[in-house]
Amino acid sequence: MQTVKMVVTGPFNAGKTAFIRTVSEINVVSTERKISQPAEQVKETTTVAMDFGRITIDQDLVLYLFGTPGQRRFDFMWEILSEGMLGFVVMVDSCKPETFREARMILETFRAYAPTPYVVAANKQDLEDAWGIEDLRIALRLDSQVKLIPCVANDKESVKIILIELLDQILRELEVNTERAS
Amino acid sequence: MALKGNLRDFSLTQLLNLIHLARKNGILHLENATTKAWLGFREGKLAYGGLNLEENSLVAILYRGKRINAAHYRTIKEKSGSMSDKELGLLLVNAGYLNQQEIVQNIQVYLVRLVHRLFLWEDGNFHFENDAPLPKGKILVRINLENLIMDGTRQLRELDQLKDEIPSLDIALKFCDHPGASVRNLRLNQEEWKVISFINPKNSMKKIAEAVKLNDIEMRKIAFGLIQAGVVEMVKPDGYSAKRTINIGIPHTNPAEQTSLIKRIIQRIRSL
Repeated sequence: MQTVKMVVTGPFNAGKTAFIRTVSEINVVSTERKISQPAEQVKETTTVAMDFGRITIDQDLVLYLFGTPGQRRFDFMWEILSEGMLGFVVMVDSCKPETFREARMILETFRAYAPTPYVVAANKQDLEDAWGIEDLRIALRLDSQVKLIPCVANDKESVKIILIELLDQILRELEVNTERAS
Repeated sequence: MALKGNLRDFSLTQLLNLIHLARKNGILHLENATTKAWLGFREGKLAYGGLNLEENSLVAILYRGKRINAAHYRTIKEKSGSMSDKELGLLLVNAGYLNQQEIVQNIQVYLVRLVHRLFLWEDGNFHFENDAPLPKGKILVRINLENLIMDGTRQLRELDQLKDEIPSLDIALKFCDHPGASVRNLRLNQEEWKVISFINPKNSMKKIAEAVKLNDIEMRKIAFGLIQAGVVEMVKPDGYSAKRTINIGIPHTNPAEQTSLIKRIIQRIRSL
């Protein structure tokens, strides 16, 4: 049995756990703990090590989705989680401009760990306060070539679009590498 | 779509940069504990603005700019009644009191000073009213935001914030392929011009700082200003490799097998 993995990362409360839960065929193995820091108590629990979801591709292949912990004090886990990933998704809460700088920092960190393909998912686009995609692109200082895709992490179709975009990107990169090698 | 938040999290400089790059039309409303302010934009250029604490009529702007004295101010106020700024401006020009250029210049100076004051706000809510119509009676100007953005970033004094923006001086700078600003039109100081002359993907910011004799903070400030003004962008220097890279997760088989593996995953996800 062959296994491959993709990582879902992003700031605290960006929707990483929800994203994985929406498509995982197993109950997400989540290492959530009650939040101790008052400043972070916008939700009751947070992921301290990783979320872990699975999609069986066929008899010989399984895709694992790993969600990174959102809080900075657990960032020692990021490097471990990024080891051997196919690519990664950076989740951004479109309604929380206070997290944009953090999202950019996480993106840069993961790019430094591994030069794998990635996409940015602008989550919570169904909410009234969500920033528009083009405004987000400028705020996050994303190059026009970086895929920034609207997302609602609780919606399966939306999550599928994000994953397929990332896989398309991986495929394109493979083709480029093959052309270069030949 | 909403464009709102707090200046603590998204500074006025960043907002101006966004408005400039997206060539937005509309009104940016700012509000702190004591004051409300608004700035109007047309195609990403500052067109008008004001504060709730002070009069921003043309006659008040001319008085504040010392273009008219207190006696003139009172007389014009009395006579102009409910006249709009446009009507008053026309009256002053026709009377040979001022020319059009002087009026526009005074409004521009007022707006630039207003934005400079707003740069000092560290806290306060903002929201951008997209495509909101600008007031009809006002004289609208067109102020490029690049220089205002540069001025704003010069006021950034917090090293921590600069470190967040520019995490490492090992990174190099390159000129943007499609710069938002013409370098010639930028008002750069001597040190900024020196930095500009060294910009090249081969030179890390550390190298430039050494060459120009700048300390870390000075280098970061200048680099951040140039980035915000859309003149340069950060790149890995030539020959730079990340300190630690790890294996990419695609199994080391032949390219056809790798492609097939990814296609299988795509197919499966589509079927979910």
